[in-house]
Amino acid sequence: MTFRRKYEEKFFRGLSFLFTAIIVFVLVQIIWTIAKKGIPSLSWQIISQEPKGGFYFGKEGGILNAIAGSFYLAVSATVLAFVISLPVALFMNVYLIRYQRLLIGIRFFLDVLWGVPSIVYGAFGFTLLMYLGFKNSLGAGIVTVAAMITPIMIRAMDEVLKTIPVGLQEASYALGSTKTETAYKVFFREALPGFATAILLAFGRGIGDAASVLFTAGYTDYIPHSFSEPTATLPLAIFFQLSSPIEEVQNRAYAAAVILTLIVLALSISARLLKPKK
Amino acid sequence: MILSRKLTDSISSKWMLACLTFCLLLPVAIGTGLVFKSSSLLGSHKLSELILSEDWYPSDNQFGFWPFIITSVWVTVLALIISMPLCLLSSIYLTQFAPKWFLKFMRPVIDILAGIPSVVYGVWGLLVIVPFVGDKLSPLFNADSLGYSLLAGAIVLAVMSIPYILNMLLEVFRQIPVELGEASLSLGATKWETIKLVFLRKGSPGILSAFGLGFSKALGETIAVLMVIGNVVQIPQSVFDSGYTLPGLIANNYGEMMSIPSYDSALMFGALLLFVIIVIINIIFRYIIYKSELV
Repeated sequence: MTFRRKYEEKFFRGLSFLFTAIIVFVLVQIIWTIAKKGIPSLSWQIISQEPKGGFYFGKEGGILNAIAGSFYLAVSATVLAFVISLPVALFMNVYLIRYQRLLIGIRFFLDVLWGVPSIVYGAFGFTLLMYLGFKNSLGAGIVTVAAMITPIMIRAMDEVLKTIPVGLQEASYALGSTKTETAYKVFFREALPGFATAILLAFGRGIGDAASVLFTAGYTDYIPHSFSEPTATLPLAIFFQLSSPIEEVQNRAYAAAVILTLIVLALSISARLLKPKK
Repeated sequence: MILSRKLTDSISSKWMLACLTFCLLLPVAIGTGLVFKSSSLLGSHKLSELILSEDWYPSDNQFGFWPFIITSVWVTVLALIISMPLCLLSSIYLTQFAPKWFLKFMRPVIDILAGIPSVVYGVWGLLVIVPFVGDKLSPLFNADSLGYSLLAGAIVLAVMSIPYILNMLLEVFRQIPVELGEASLSLGATKWETIKLVFLRKGSPGILSAFGLGFSKALGETIAVLMVIGNVVQIPQSVFDSGYTLPGLIANNYGEMMSIPSYDSALMFGALLLFVIIVIINIIFRYIIYKSELV
Protein backbone atom coordinates (compact mmCIF):
# COMPACT_ATOMS: atom_id res chain seq x y z
CA MET A 1 0.00 0.00 0.00
CA THR A 2 2.63 2.50 1.02
CA PHE A 3 4.65 1.34 -1.96
CA ARG A 4 1.85 2.23 -4.36
CA ARG A 5 1.27 5.60 -2.71
CA LYS A 6 4.91 6.48 -2.89
CA TYR A 7 5.19 5.65 -6.56
CA GLU A 8 1.92 7.33 -7.48
CA GLU A 9 3.31 10.47 -5.90
CA LYS A 10 6.60 10.15 -7.77
CA PHE A 11 4.83 9.38 -11.05
CA PHE A 12 2.56 12.40 -10.98
CA ARG A 13 5.29 14.72 -9.77
CA GLY A 14 7.38 13.61 -12.73
CA LEU A 15 4.50 13.78 -15.19
CA SER A 16 3.43 17.24 -14.15
CA PHE A 17 7.00 18.46 -14.45
CA LEU A 18 7.23 16.89 -17.89
CA PHE A 19 4.06 18.67 -19.04
CA THR A 20 5.33 22.00 -17.76
CA ALA A 21 8.59 21.39 -19.60
CA ILE A 22 6.62 20.65 -22.79
CA ILE A 23 4.94 24.07 -22.58
CA VAL A 24 8.29 25.82 -22.23
CA PHE A 25 9.69 23.72 -25.05
CA VAL A 26 6.80 24.65 -27.35
CA LEU A 27 7.35 28.36 -26.76
CA VAL A 28 11.07 28.03 -27.48
CA GLN A 29 10.27 25.94 -30.55
CA ILE A 30 7.84 28.56 -31.91
CA ILE A 31 10.27 31.42 -31.47
CA TRP A 32 13.15 29.36 -32.83
CA THR A 33 11.17 28.34 -35.93
CA ILE A 34 10.02 31.87 -36.68
CA ALA A 35 13.49 33.28 -36.11
CA LYS A 36 15.26 30.62 -38.20
CA LYS A 37 12.91 31.10 -41.15
CA GLY A 38 12.54 34.84 -40.93
CA ILE A 39 15.86 36.33 -39.92
CA PRO A 40 17.74 35.34 -43.13
CA SER A 41 15.16 37.26 -45.18
CA LEU A 42 15.15 40.25 -42.89
CA SER A 43 16.84 43.24 -44.46
CA TRP A 44 16.86 46.99 -44.26
CA GLN A 45 15.05 47.10 -47.57
CA ILE A 46 12.07 45.19 -46.15
CA ILE A 47 11.65 47.51 -43.21
CA SER A 48 12.25 50.78 -44.99
CA GLN A 49 10.47 50.54 -48.36
CA GLU A 50 6.96 50.36 -49.66
CA PRO A 51 6.14 47.62 -52.18
CA LYS A 52 7.39 48.50 -55.67
CA GLY A 53 6.33 47.23 -59.09
CA GLY A 54 6.31 43.43 -59.28
CA PHE A 55 6.61 43.15 -55.50
CA TYR A 56 4.21 40.25 -55.40
CA PHE A 57 6.29 38.39 -57.96
CA GLY A 58 9.35 38.60 -55.77
CA LYS A 59 10.78 41.87 -57.02
CA GLU A 60 11.97 44.98 -55.16
CA GLY A 61 10.28 46.52 -52.19
CA GLY A 62 9.45 46.08 -48.54
CA ILE A 63 6.58 46.02 -46.12
CA LEU A 64 6.85 49.52 -44.69
CA ASN A 65 3.22 50.02 -45.73
CA ALA A 66 2.13 47.23 -43.38
CA ILE A 67 4.42 48.26 -40.51
CA ALA A 68 3.30 51.89 -40.68
CA GLY A 69 -0.33 50.87 -41.21
CA SER A 70 -0.28 48.56 -38.23
CA PHE A 71 1.20 51.25 -36.00
CA TYR A 72 -1.26 53.91 -37.15
CA LEU A 73 -4.11 51.52 -36.61
CA ALA A 74 -3.05 50.10 -33.26
CA VAL A 75 -1.97 53.45 -31.78
CA SER A 76 -5.17 55.24 -32.80
CA ALA A 77 -7.35 52.33 -31.69
CA THR A 78 -5.58 52.22 -28.32
CA VAL A 79 -6.02 55.99 -27.86
CA LEU A 80 -9.70 55.74 -28.78
CA ALA A 81 -10.22 52.76 -26.49
CA PHE A 82 -8.42 54.61 -23.69
CA VAL A 83 -10.70 57.64 -24.04
CA ILE A 84 -13.70 55.35 -23.56
CA SER A 85 -12.21 52.94 -21.02
CA LEU A 86 -10.81 55.47 -18.56
CA PRO A 87 -14.17 57.13 -17.73
CA VAL A 88 -15.89 53.75 -17.51
CA ALA A 89 -13.29 52.21 -15.20
CA LEU A 90 -13.24 55.33 -13.00
CA PHE A 91 -17.02 55.53 -12.97
CA MET A 92 -17.24 51.93 -11.82
CA ASN A 93 -14.80 52.43 -8.98
CA VAL A 94 -15.70 55.93 -7.80
CA TYR A 95 -19.41 56.36 -8.46
CA LEU A 96 -20.64 52.80 -8.28
CA ILE A 97 -18.49 51.65 -5.37
CA ARG A 98 -21.52 51.52 -3.07
CA TYR A 99 -23.56 49.44 -5.54
CA GLN A 100 -21.67 46.16 -5.35
CA ARG A 101 -24.39 44.09 -7.01
CA LEU A 102 -24.55 46.38 -10.02
CA LEU A 103 -20.77 46.38 -10.17
CA ILE A 104 -20.66 42.57 -10.21
CA GLY A 105 -23.20 42.65 -13.03
CA ILE A 106 -21.13 45.07 -15.10
CA ARG A 107 -17.92 43.10 -14.56
CA PHE A 108 -19.72 39.92 -15.53
CA PHE A 109 -20.98 41.60 -18.68
CA LEU A 110 -17.54 42.91 -19.65
CA ASP A 111 -16.01 39.48 -19.10
CA VAL A 112 -18.56 37.98 -21.45
CA LEU A 113 -17.83 40.73 -23.97
CA TRP A 114 -14.14 39.88 -23.72
CA GLY A 115 -14.93 36.36 -24.92
CA VAL A 116 -16.50 37.50 -28.20
CA PRO A 117 -14.10 36.51 -30.99
CA SER A 118 -12.48 39.17 -33.14
CA ILE A 119 -14.03 37.81 -36.34
CA VAL A 120 -17.46 38.72 -34.96
CA TYR A 121 -16.26 42.28 -34.31
CA GLY A 122 -14.90 42.30 -37.84
CA ALA A 123 -18.18 41.11 -39.32
CA PHE A 124 -20.10 43.64 -37.27
CA GLY A 125 -17.75 46.45 -38.27
CA PHE A 126 -18.25 45.44 -41.87
CA THR A 127 -22.05 45.44 -41.50
CA LEU A 128 -21.92 48.91 -40.00
CA LEU A 129 -19.66 50.06 -42.80
CA MET A 130 -22.06 48.83 -45.47
CA TYR A 131 -25.00 50.35 -43.65
CA LEU A 132 -23.35 53.76 -43.42
CA GLY A 133 -22.08 53.55 -46.97
CA PHE A 134 -18.36 53.83 -46.20
CA LYS A 135 -15.52 51.92 -47.79
CA ASN A 136 -12.78 49.86 -46.17
CA SER A 137 -10.54 52.37 -44.47
CA LEU A 138 -8.07 53.09 -41.71
CA GLY A 139 -10.83 54.84 -39.78
CA ALA A 140 -13.18 51.86 -39.93
CA GLY A 141 -10.36 49.54 -38.85
CA ILE A 142 -9.55 51.82 -35.91
CA VAL A 143 -13.15 51.86 -34.71
CA THR A 144 -13.49 48.07 -34.99
CA VAL A 145 -10.22 47.32 -33.20
CA ALA A 146 -11.04 49.92 -30.54
CA ALA A 147 -14.39 48.23 -29.91
CA MET A 148 -12.59 44.91 -29.60
CA ILE A 149 -9.92 46.05 -27.12
CA THR A 150 -12.14 48.31 -25.00
CA PRO A 151 -13.54 45.53 -22.75
CA ILE A 152 -10.01 44.17 -22.24
CA MET A 153 -8.74 47.61 -21.27
CA ILE A 154 -11.64 48.40 -18.95
CA ARG A 155 -11.28 45.12 -17.07
CA ALA A 156 -7.50 45.51 -16.77
CA MET A 157 -7.90 49.08 -15.44
CA ASP A 158 -10.71 47.97 -13.17
CA GLU A 159 -8.46 45.32 -11.62
CA VAL A 160 -5.95 48.04 -10.77
CA LEU A 161 -8.53 50.51 -9.43
CA LYS A 162 -10.18 47.80 -7.33
CA THR A 163 -7.09 47.58 -5.14
CA ILE A 164 -7.21 51.27 -4.14
CA PRO A 165 -8.52 51.48 -0.55
CA VAL A 166 -11.87 53.19 0.04
CA GLY A 167 -10.17 55.28 2.74
CA LEU A 168 -8.34 57.26 0.08
CA GLN A 169 -11.63 58.14 -1.56
CA GLU A 170 -13.15 59.20 1.75
CA ALA A 171 -10.11 61.33 2.58
CA SER A 172 -10.47 63.07 -0.74
CA TYR A 173 -14.15 63.82 -0.13
CA ALA A 174 -13.38 65.01 3.38
CA LEU A 175 -11.10 67.65 1.89
CA GLY A 176 -14.02 68.93 -0.17
CA SER A 177 -13.21 67.58 -3.62
CA THR A 178 -15.92 66.55 -6.03
CA LYS A 179 -16.28 63.04 -7.37
CA THR A 180 -14.68 64.03 -10.68
CA GLU A 181 -11.67 65.50 -8.92
CA THR A 182 -11.38 62.39 -6.78
CA ALA A 183 -11.56 60.22 -9.86
CA TYR A 184 -9.09 62.04 -12.07
CA LYS A 185 -6.70 63.54 -9.52
CA VAL A 186 -6.55 60.83 -6.87
CA PHE A 187 -7.57 57.52 -8.43
CA PHE A 188 -6.03 58.16 -11.82
CA ARG A 189 -2.68 59.14 -10.36
CA GLU A 190 -2.68 56.25 -7.92
CA ALA A 191 -3.39 53.70 -10.63
CA LEU A 192 -1.16 55.15 -13.36
CA PRO A 193 1.57 52.46 -13.35
CA GLY A 194 -1.08 49.75 -13.57
CA PHE A 195 -2.76 51.59 -16.43
CA ALA A 196 0.43 51.44 -18.45
CA THR A 197 0.24 47.66 -18.31
CA ALA A 198 -3.42 47.72 -19.35
CA ILE A 199 -2.63 49.95 -22.32
CA LEU A 200 0.29 47.83 -23.49
CA LEU A 201 -1.83 44.69 -23.19
CA ALA A 202 -4.59 46.21 -25.30
CA PHE A 203 -2.10 47.60 -27.80
CA GLY A 204 -0.54 44.18 -28.25
CA ARG A 205 -3.94 42.65 -28.85
CA GLY A 206 -4.76 45.36 -31.37
CA ILE A 207 -1.57 45.14 -33.40
CA GLY A 208 -1.62 41.35 -33.66
CA ASP A 209 -5.21 40.76 -34.62
CA ALA A 210 -6.00 39.90 -38.20
CA ALA A 211 -9.63 38.79 -38.22
CA SER A 212 -11.08 42.14 -37.16
CA VAL A 213 -9.21 44.22 -39.73
CA LEU A 214 -9.69 41.79 -42.59
CA PHE A 215 -13.11 43.23 -43.45
CA THR A 216 -12.70 46.74 -42.23
CA ALA A 217 -9.25 48.14 -42.92
CA GLY A 218 -8.74 46.67 -46.38
CA TYR A 219 -5.26 46.33 -47.86
CA THR A 220 -3.09 48.62 -49.92
CA ASP A 221 0.50 49.03 -51.05
CA TYR A 222 0.71 52.59 -49.80
CA ILE A 223 1.04 54.21 -46.43
CA PRO A 224 -2.32 55.82 -45.65
CA HIS A 225 -2.47 59.62 -45.41
CA SER A 226 -5.97 59.99 -44.04
CA PHE A 227 -8.55 58.01 -42.10
CA SER A 228 -10.64 57.41 -45.20
CA GLU A 229 -7.89 55.53 -47.07
CA PRO A 230 -7.51 51.77 -46.73
CA THR A 231 -4.43 50.53 -44.94
CA ALA A 232 -2.23 47.46 -44.86
CA THR A 233 -1.53 45.71 -41.57
CA LEU A 234 1.26 43.36 -40.54
CA PRO A 235 -0.88 40.29 -39.77
CA LEU A 236 -2.61 40.55 -43.12
CA ALA A 237 0.70 41.18 -44.90
CA ILE A 238 1.92 37.87 -43.44
CA PHE A 239 -1.30 36.09 -44.29
CA PHE A 240 -1.51 37.29 -47.91
CA GLN A 241 2.18 36.88 -48.77
CA LEU A 242 2.27 33.39 -47.31
CA SER A 243 -0.44 32.24 -49.71
CA SER A 244 1.78 33.19 -52.66
CA PRO A 245 3.49 30.32 -54.50
CA ILE A 246 6.66 32.40 -55.07
CA GLU A 247 9.44 31.72 -52.61
CA GLU A 248 10.76 35.28 -52.29
CA VAL A 249 7.30 36.52 -51.38
CA GLN A 250 6.87 33.74 -48.83
CA ASN A 251 10.24 34.58 -47.30
CA ARG A 252 9.09 38.14 -46.83
CA ALA A 253 6.06 36.80 -44.97
CA TYR A 254 8.45 35.02 -42.59
CA ALA A 255 10.44 38.21 -42.16
CA ALA A 256 7.22 40.07 -41.41
CA ALA A 257 6.36 37.41 -38.84
CA VAL A 258 9.70 38.04 -37.13
CA ILE A 259 8.98 41.77 -37.02
CA LEU A 260 5.50 41.23 -35.58
CA THR A 261 6.80 38.74 -33.00
CA LEU A 262 9.56 41.17 -31.95
CA ILE A 263 7.04 43.97 -31.49
CA VAL A 264 4.78 41.76 -29.39
CA LEU A 265 7.72 40.42 -27.34
CA ALA A 266 8.89 43.95 -26.62
CA LEU A 267 5.37 44.93 -25.53
CA SER A 268 5.05 41.89 -23.32
CA ILE A 269 8.40 42.46 -21.62
CA SER A 270 7.83 46.17 -21.04
CA ALA A 271 4.37 45.45 -19.64
CA ARG A 272 5.99 43.09 -17.16
CA LEU A 273 8.70 45.59 -16.21
CA LEU A 274 6.14 48.36 -15.68
CA LYS A 275 3.85 46.21 -13.56
CA PRO A 276 3.82 47.57 -10.01
CA LYS A 277 5.34 45.22 -7.44
CA LYS A 278 2.84 43.89 -4.95
CA MET B 1 -15.22 79.00 -8.70
CA ILE B 2 -17.52 76.59 -6.94
CA LEU B 3 -19.95 76.83 -9.82
CA SER B 4 -17.37 75.88 -12.42
CA ARG B 5 -16.19 72.94 -10.32
CA LYS B 6 -19.76 71.75 -9.98
CA LEU B 7 -20.25 72.18 -13.69
CA THR B 8 -17.11 70.18 -14.50
CA ASP B 9 -18.27 67.52 -12.10
CA SER B 10 -21.68 67.21 -13.66
CA ILE B 11 -20.41 67.23 -17.23
CA SER B 12 -17.78 64.65 -16.47
CA SER B 13 -20.26 62.42 -14.64
CA LYS B 14 -22.57 62.50 -17.63
CA TRP B 15 -19.68 61.67 -19.94
CA MET B 16 -18.67 58.72 -17.77
CA LEU B 17 -22.22 57.42 -17.72
CA ALA B 18 -22.46 57.86 -21.48
CA CYS B 19 -19.29 55.82 -22.01
CA LEU B 20 -20.55 53.06 -19.72
CA THR B 21 -23.89 52.95 -21.53
CA PHE B 22 -22.06 52.78 -24.82
CA CYS B 23 -20.04 49.78 -23.66
CA LEU B 24 -23.11 48.02 -22.36
CA LEU B 25 -24.99 48.65 -25.58
CA LEU B 26 -22.18 47.42 -27.81
CA PRO B 27 -23.06 43.69 -27.73
CA VAL B 28 -26.73 44.55 -28.21
CA ALA B 29 -25.71 46.57 -31.25
CA ILE B 30 -23.56 43.68 -32.54
CA GLY B 31 -26.45 41.26 -32.14
CA THR B 32 -28.98 43.58 -33.77
CA GLY B 33 -26.66 44.44 -36.64
CA LEU B 34 -25.97 40.80 -37.43
CA VAL B 35 -29.64 39.81 -37.13
CA PHE B 36 -30.55 42.70 -39.39
CA LYS B 37 -28.02 41.60 -42.00
CA SER B 38 -28.94 37.93 -41.88
CA SER B 39 -32.69 38.58 -41.86
CA SER B 40 -32.96 38.32 -45.64
CA LEU B 41 -31.47 34.82 -45.49
CA LEU B 42 -33.63 33.85 -42.55
CA GLY B 43 -36.66 35.06 -44.45
CA SER B 44 -36.10 32.72 -47.38
CA HIS B 45 -34.63 29.69 -45.55
CA LYS B 46 -35.73 27.74 -42.52
CA LEU B 47 -33.46 28.05 -39.49
CA SER B 48 -33.33 24.28 -38.96
CA GLU B 49 -32.42 23.79 -42.61
CA LEU B 50 -29.63 26.38 -42.42
CA ILE B 51 -28.08 24.77 -39.38
CA LEU B 52 -28.58 21.08 -40.13
CA SER B 53 -28.28 20.89 -43.91
CA GLU B 54 -25.02 19.63 -45.42
CA ASP B 55 -25.47 21.27 -48.79
CA TRP B 56 -23.29 24.31 -49.25
CA TYR B 57 -23.80 25.65 -52.76
CA PRO B 58 -23.97 29.43 -52.46
CA SER B 59 -24.46 29.95 -56.20
CA ASP B 60 -27.55 27.68 -56.07
CA ASN B 61 -28.82 29.56 -53.06
CA GLN B 62 -28.25 26.55 -50.77
CA PHE B 63 -26.66 27.38 -47.46
CA GLY B 64 -26.15 24.45 -45.10
CA PHE B 65 -23.90 25.35 -42.19
CA TRP B 66 -23.62 21.84 -40.74
CA PRO B 67 -20.16 20.98 -42.19
CA PHE B 68 -18.72 24.20 -40.75
CA ILE B 69 -20.34 23.77 -37.37
CA ILE B 70 -19.27 20.15 -37.03
CA THR B 71 -15.68 20.91 -38.11
CA SER B 72 -15.44 23.84 -35.71
CA VAL B 73 -16.70 21.73 -32.83
CA TRP B 74 -14.41 18.80 -33.69
CA VAL B 75 -11.28 20.93 -33.95
CA THR B 76 -12.08 22.68 -30.70
CA VAL B 77 -12.84 19.45 -28.82
CA LEU B 78 -9.64 17.84 -30.12
CA ALA B 79 -7.65 20.92 -29.14
CA LEU B 80 -9.06 20.76 -25.63
CA ILE B 81 -8.30 17.04 -25.34
CA ILE B 82 -4.67 17.92 -26.06
CA SER B 83 -4.42 21.05 -23.93
CA MET B 84 -6.50 19.91 -20.93
CA PRO B 85 -4.05 17.44 -19.35
CA LEU B 86 -1.12 19.72 -20.22
CA CYS B 87 -2.70 22.71 -18.51
CA LEU B 88 -4.09 20.86 -15.53
CA LEU B 89 -0.91 19.01 -14.62
CA SER B 90 1.41 21.93 -15.26
CA SER B 91 -0.77 24.24 -13.18
CA ILE B 92 -0.58 21.63 -10.39
CA TYR B 93 3.17 21.42 -10.78
CA LEU B 94 3.62 25.17 -10.76
CA THR B 95 1.46 25.83 -7.71
CA GLN B 96 2.18 22.72 -5.62
CA PHE B 97 5.51 21.11 -6.45
CA ALA B 98 7.69 23.71 -8.09
CA PRO B 99 9.93 26.13 -6.22
CA LYS B 100 8.72 29.75 -6.13
CA TRP B 101 11.31 30.99 -8.59
CA PHE B 102 10.08 28.56 -11.20
CA LEU B 103 6.57 29.98 -11.11
CA LYS B 104 8.13 33.46 -11.41
CA PHE B 105 10.02 32.21 -14.44
CA MET B 106 6.90 30.70 -15.98
CA ARG B 107 4.74 33.83 -15.74
CA PRO B 108 6.57 35.68 -18.54
CA VAL B 109 6.59 32.47 -20.58
CA ILE B 110 2.80 32.28 -20.31
CA ASP B 111 2.50 36.02 -21.04
CA ILE B 112 4.57 35.71 -24.19
CA LEU B 113 2.57 32.69 -25.38
CA ALA B 114 -0.61 34.65 -24.78
CA GLY B 115 0.73 37.66 -26.65
CA ILE B 116 1.92 35.93 -29.83
CA PRO B 117 -0.52 36.96 -32.58
CA SER B 118 -2.69 34.27 -34.06
CA VAL B 119 -1.21 34.71 -37.53
CA VAL B 120 2.25 33.89 -36.16
CA TYR B 121 0.85 30.69 -34.66
CA GLY B 122 -0.49 30.02 -38.13
CA VAL B 123 2.97 30.45 -39.67
CA TRP B 124 4.42 28.11 -37.06
CA GLY B 125 1.66 25.61 -37.76
CA LEU B 126 2.42 25.69 -41.48
CA LEU B 127 6.15 25.27 -40.94
CA VAL B 128 6.14 22.66 -38.20
CA ILE B 129 2.78 21.05 -37.48
CA VAL B 130 1.46 20.52 -41.02
CA PRO B 131 4.61 18.66 -42.20
CA PHE B 132 4.72 16.77 -38.91
CA VAL B 133 1.14 15.56 -39.27
CA GLY B 134 1.49 14.90 -43.00
CA ASP B 135 4.87 13.13 -43.07
CA LYS B 136 5.23 11.60 -39.61
CA LEU B 137 1.87 11.00 -37.99
CA SER B 138 -0.41 10.05 -40.87
CA PRO B 139 1.79 7.18 -42.21
CA LEU B 140 1.71 5.69 -38.70
CA PHE B 141 -2.05 5.40 -38.96
CA ASN B 142 -2.08 4.46 -42.65
CA ALA B 143 -3.90 7.67 -43.44
CA ASP B 144 -3.39 9.55 -46.64
CA SER B 145 -3.00 13.18 -45.68
CA LEU B 146 -1.11 16.24 -46.82
CA GLY B 147 -1.06 17.46 -43.28
CA TYR B 148 -3.70 20.13 -43.73
CA SER B 149 -6.10 18.47 -41.35
CA LEU B 150 -8.28 18.65 -38.29
CA LEU B 151 -5.39 17.33 -36.22
CA ALA B 152 -3.03 20.08 -37.38
CA GLY B 153 -5.67 22.69 -36.60
CA ALA B 154 -6.29 21.13 -33.22
CA ILE B 155 -2.60 21.07 -32.25
CA VAL B 156 -2.13 24.73 -33.19
CA LEU B 157 -5.33 25.63 -31.37
CA ALA B 158 -4.28 23.63 -28.32
CA VAL B 159 -1.01 25.55 -28.07
CA MET B 160 -2.85 28.84 -28.51
CA SER B 161 -5.34 28.05 -25.75
CA ILE B 162 -2.67 26.90 -23.25
CA PRO B 163 -1.79 30.35 -21.87
CA TYR B 164 -5.45 31.33 -21.58
CA ILE B 165 -6.50 28.17 -19.72
CA LEU B 166 -3.30 27.89 -17.68
CA ASN B 167 -3.66 31.42 -16.33
CA MET B 168 -7.18 30.69 -15.13
CA LEU B 169 -6.13 27.38 -13.55
CA LEU B 170 -3.23 29.03 -11.71
CA GLU B 171 -5.74 31.49 -10.30
CA VAL B 172 -8.05 28.63 -9.24
CA PHE B 173 -5.29 26.83 -7.33
CA ARG B 174 -4.05 30.06 -5.81
CA GLN B 175 -7.46 30.76 -4.31
CA ILE B 176 -7.75 27.42 -2.49
CA PRO B 177 -7.04 28.06 1.20
CA VAL B 178 -3.70 26.69 2.42
CA GLU B 179 -5.28 25.32 5.61
CA LEU B 180 -7.28 22.85 3.56
CA GLY B 181 -4.12 21.27 2.21
CA GLU B 182 -2.42 21.35 5.61
CA ALA B 183 -5.36 19.56 7.22
CA SER B 184 -5.14 16.82 4.62
CA LEU B 185 -1.35 16.50 4.96
CA SER B 186 -1.57 16.30 8.73
CA LEU B 187 -3.95 13.35 8.40
CA GLY B 188 -1.19 11.48 6.63
CA ALA B 189 -2.11 12.01 2.99
CA THR B 190 0.73 12.42 0.54
CA LYS B 191 1.08 15.61 -1.45
CA TRP B 192 -0.43 14.01 -4.54
CA GLU B 193 -3.33 12.52 -2.59
CA THR B 194 -4.02 15.94 -1.16
CA ILE B 195 -4.08 17.42 -4.63
CA LYS B 196 -6.21 14.61 -6.04
CA LEU B 197 -8.74 14.34 -3.23
CA VAL B 198 -8.87 17.88 -1.84
CA PHE B 199 -7.64 20.50 -4.29
CA LEU B 200 -9.15 19.05 -7.45
CA ARG B 201 -12.48 18.61 -5.71
CA LYS B 202 -12.43 22.06 -4.14
CA GLY B 203 -11.36 23.67 -7.39
CA SER B 204 -13.65 21.70 -9.67
CA PRO B 205 -16.05 24.56 -10.58
CA GLY B 206 -13.09 26.77 -11.42
CA ILE B 207 -11.36 24.04 -13.41
CA LEU B 208 -14.54 23.27 -15.31
CA SER B 209 -15.01 26.95 -16.11
CA ALA B 210 -11.43 27.35 -17.26
CA PHE B 211 -11.96 24.57 -19.78
CA GLY B 212 -15.37 25.92 -20.80
CA LEU B 213 -14.00 29.40 -21.43
CA GLY B 214 -11.01 27.87 -23.22
CA PHE B 215 -13.49 26.06 -25.45
CA SER B 216 -15.31 29.25 -26.35
CA LYS B 217 -12.03 31.09 -26.97
CA ALA B 218 -10.81 28.33 -29.26
CA LEU B 219 -14.13 28.11 -31.10
CA GLY B 220 -13.84 31.70 -32.27
CA GLU B 221 -10.21 31.46 -33.35
CA THR B 222 -9.88 32.35 -37.00
CA ILE B 223 -6.67 32.95 -38.86
CA ALA B 224 -4.35 30.33 -37.36
CA VAL B 225 -6.82 27.49 -37.89
CA LEU B 226 -7.73 28.76 -41.33
CA MET B 227 -4.07 28.49 -42.36
CA VAL B 228 -3.57 24.85 -41.40
CA ILE B 229 -6.90 23.09 -41.72
CA GLY B 230 -7.13 22.87 -45.50
CA ASN B 231 -10.49 24.59 -46.01
CA VAL B 232 -12.47 21.88 -47.78
CA VAL B 233 -16.24 21.99 -47.31
CA GLN B 234 -16.98 18.50 -46.02
CA ILE B 235 -17.88 16.57 -42.92
CA PRO B 236 -14.51 15.19 -41.85
CA GLN B 237 -14.42 11.42 -41.32
CA SER B 238 -11.11 11.24 -39.48
CA VAL B 239 -8.71 13.60 -37.76
CA PHE B 240 -6.49 13.49 -40.86
CA ASP B 241 -9.21 14.93 -43.10
CA SER B 242 -9.40 18.57 -44.05
CA GLY B 243 -12.25 20.70 -42.87
CA TYR B 244 -13.55 24.25 -42.90
CA THR B 245 -14.37 26.10 -39.69
CA LEU B 246 -17.12 28.64 -39.24
CA PRO B 247 -14.81 31.59 -38.51
CA GLY B 248 -12.61 30.49 -41.40
CA LEU B 249 -15.61 30.56 -43.74
CA ILE B 250 -16.42 34.12 -42.76
CA ALA B 251 -12.84 35.30 -43.09
CA ASN B 252 -12.07 33.57 -46.37
CA ASN B 253 -15.03 34.65 -48.44
CA TYR B 254 -15.48 38.31 -47.71
CA GLY B 255 -13.99 39.16 -51.09
CA GLU B 256 -16.42 37.29 -53.28
CA MET B 257 -19.51 37.58 -51.16
CA MET B 258 -20.73 40.63 -53.01
CA SER B 259 -21.01 38.78 -56.32
CA ILE B 260 -23.42 36.04 -55.22
CA PRO B 261 -26.90 37.00 -53.98
CA SER B 262 -27.61 36.40 -50.26
CA TYR B 263 -24.01 35.22 -49.78
CA ASP B 264 -23.18 38.20 -47.60
CA SER B 265 -26.34 37.58 -45.64
CA ALA B 266 -25.26 33.94 -45.15
CA LEU B 267 -21.81 34.94 -43.89
CA MET B 268 -23.33 37.39 -41.45
CA PHE B 269 -25.64 34.61 -40.30
CA GLY B 270 -22.50 32.55 -39.68
CA ALA B 271 -21.08 35.37 -37.58
CA LEU B 272 -24.37 35.63 -35.70
CA LEU B 273 -24.34 31.90 -35.01
CA LEU B 274 -20.80 32.13 -33.65
CA PHE B 275 -21.67 35.17 -31.55
CA VAL B 276 -24.73 33.54 -29.99
CA ILE B 277 -23.00 30.21 -29.22
CA ILE B 278 -19.96 31.90 -27.67
CA VAL B 279 -21.96 34.37 -25.60
CA ILE B 280 -24.10 31.55 -24.21
CA ILE B 281 -21.05 29.42 -23.30
CA ASN B 282 -19.39 32.45 -21.72
CA ILE B 283 -22.45 33.32 -19.66
CA ILE B 284 -22.77 29.74 -18.33
CA PHE B 285 -19.16 29.37 -17.24
CA ARG B 286 -18.70 32.93 -15.99
CA TYR B 287 -21.77 32.28 -13.86
CA ILE B 288 -20.23 29.10 -12.46
CA ILE B 289 -17.09 31.04 -11.56
CA TYR B 290 -19.15 33.80 -9.97
CA LYS B 291 -21.14 31.28 -7.90
CA SER B 292 -18.05 29.39 -6.76
CA GLU B 293 -16.37 32.62 -5.64
CA LEU B 294 -19.33 33.43 -3.39
CA VAL B 295 -19.04 30.26 -1.31
